[in-house]
Amino acid sequence: MVATPPAPDDNRLGRLARFLSVGDTAFAIEFGTGIDPVLNARVHRAAALIREAALPGVTETVPSFRSLLVQYDPLVTSAAALQHTMDGLDLGEAVVSAPERVWVIPTLYGGAAGPDLDDVASATGLSPAEVIARHAGTLYRVYVQGFLPGFAYLGVLPPELELPRLATPRVRVPPGSVAIAQRMTGVYPVESPGGWRLIGNTPLRFFDHAATPPTLFAPGDGVRFRPVAAEEHAAIAEAVARGTYRPEQEVGR
Amino acid sequence: MSARLLLTQPGPQTTVQDLGRTGAQAYGVPVCGALDMVALRLANALIGNEPGAAALECRLIGPAFTVEGGPVRLALAGAEAAIEVTRDGETRSYPAWRAIDVPEGAGVRIGPLRGSGAAVLAVAGGIDVPAVLGSRATDLKGGFGGLDGRALKAGDHLPVGIATPEGACLELPRPPSLAFDGVLRVVLGPQDDAFTEAGLATFLDTAYRVSREADRMGIRLDGAPLAFRAGADITSDGIATGAIQVPGSGLPIVLLADHQTVGGYAKIATVISADLPRAGRLLPGAELRFRAVSVGEAEEARRALEREVASLIASLTPVRAAAEIDLAALYSANLISGVVTACEPE
Repeated sequence: MVATPPAPDDNRLGRLARFLSVGDTAFAIEFGTGIDPVLNARVHRAAALIREAALPGVTETVPSFRSLLVQYDPLVTSAAALQHTMDGLDLGEAVVSAPERVWVIPTLYGGAAGPDLDDVASATGLSPAEVIARHAGTLYRVYVQGFLPGFAYLGVLPPELELPRLATPRVRVPPGSVAIAQRMTGVYPVESPGGWRLIGNTPLRFFDHAATPPTLFAPGDGVRFRPVAAEEHAAIAEAVARGTYRPEQEVGR
Repeated sequence: MSARLLLTQPGPQTTVQDLGRTGAQAYGVPVCGALDMVALRLANALIGNEPGAAALECRLIGPAFTVEGGPVRLALAGAEAAIEVTRDGETRSYPAWRAIDVPEGAGVRIGPLRGSGAAVLAVAGGIDVPAVLGSRATDLKGGFGGLDGRALKAGDHLPVGIATPEGACLELPRPPSLAFDGVLRVVLGPQDDAFTEAGLATFLDTAYRVSREADRMGIRLDGAPLAFRAGADITSDGIATGAIQVPGSGLPIVLLADHQTVGGYAKIATVISADLPRAGRLLPGAELRFRAVSVGEAEEARRALEREVASLIASLTPVRAAAEIDLAALYSANLISGVVTACEPE
């Protein structure tokens, strides 16, 4: 029997991804190996479909750039049974549309708030002002949340700002640090060790364990950084501490 | 008023833990929870709690505390240790794997753990800290859950849930063996293809040793480095508990309860869930090897572990009077006056 080549509009999960073993309580659905908005859209689409399907034994999923980790209870189901079902899920066309909401992150660049700004400027051959203009002039998208509660991997960075992580990570990165590494930018939500380059600081908070959902961002959200002066940064920090600050949003398009 | 524990000595790292915080990993929130889930379930069963009631996880040495506001019933599981209960100048010593009734005003001291680096001390009614995102587990890195998101310190007051333990104290007649046979079973993947044939052979054929860098996030291993095809870096993806990630040094790290939700190092294999409690008990210096099994074999091993836990729980029996007397003899150095039934609150 001759195998029929898959139709171009065949968007079954089993054709677009492969299953990888992750022990006996999880498996990965891998859509590719790189950072790509189409792959990431498929990951989040698969996560939504699996959530809707409410398959017995599926405990939760962990979406990332190009892969979805599916966690299950091996006392209720098996990897083989779940993969058999998920193989046929129709993911539809991966459409990367404009984000429905865009968060605006007030950011104080350089100085003590962004101790690596000058190094980034000299490493990229740009002036500090040009680094700021490029970083703040780009619309980013939330690819993945993880590493720390409230940390979001935002991409993609303009190619001229792409730099490797620091050779020696800092032991302590202050909360609110706006940082870049490779093709990503992000904000450290709490004090943490970290190897990304710090170019600014925002007073915003990104994680509240008492809120539902606990993070400000959702997958696919848009994010833009807005340069602010020290006075505005301080005023916003005060409002955040009082609990009266409402994060800015651009009107969705 | 319900009882509470006033910590007089916290131990090296005592934290409130339960079955863990599931459902928020997509937001970057790690699962946490007890390193030895079997110990948590047995300790809770011994005192009549739900399997996932919040308890204290002790590392290396247990805490010392005073019981205030009412009597408590407690049990230690997951390690051998002497549990000393002092009241009115009289000290009595009890072993792990049994319930102990402690009257109001008594002091409790748990000595060094033997046979494991992690044990669970459960109290009837559970440790009554607020649930955060559905769990009372301490997230040390995130700084929430448990008691103020941190390990316990001297002077802390730990609220205990309301409980009215009835009947005799239970014991586990034949506690599970804590002896480590030196093998952790793994399922290869998800990134076993990032390693050369020689690297995979090294992983499965040579012994590794638990280094001093071992905590609730993971265990760094010393031994032969693993050879990569191209490099250690991958595009970050989701991490399961038990994942063995290999950074650029080539030395594997077994990720435990507090591991981050996503990471960018290749993961050569995953410790099977039936062996995670054993991994959680490991102490620096322990030697181990990895043995590969299939996903199906790993799932069956987990079902076998569940059957074993169920039969252990079914075997719980009231503490025998004979055992009391044997213990009295065993710990006579700690006894100032005569033996009374350990379960009497007075």
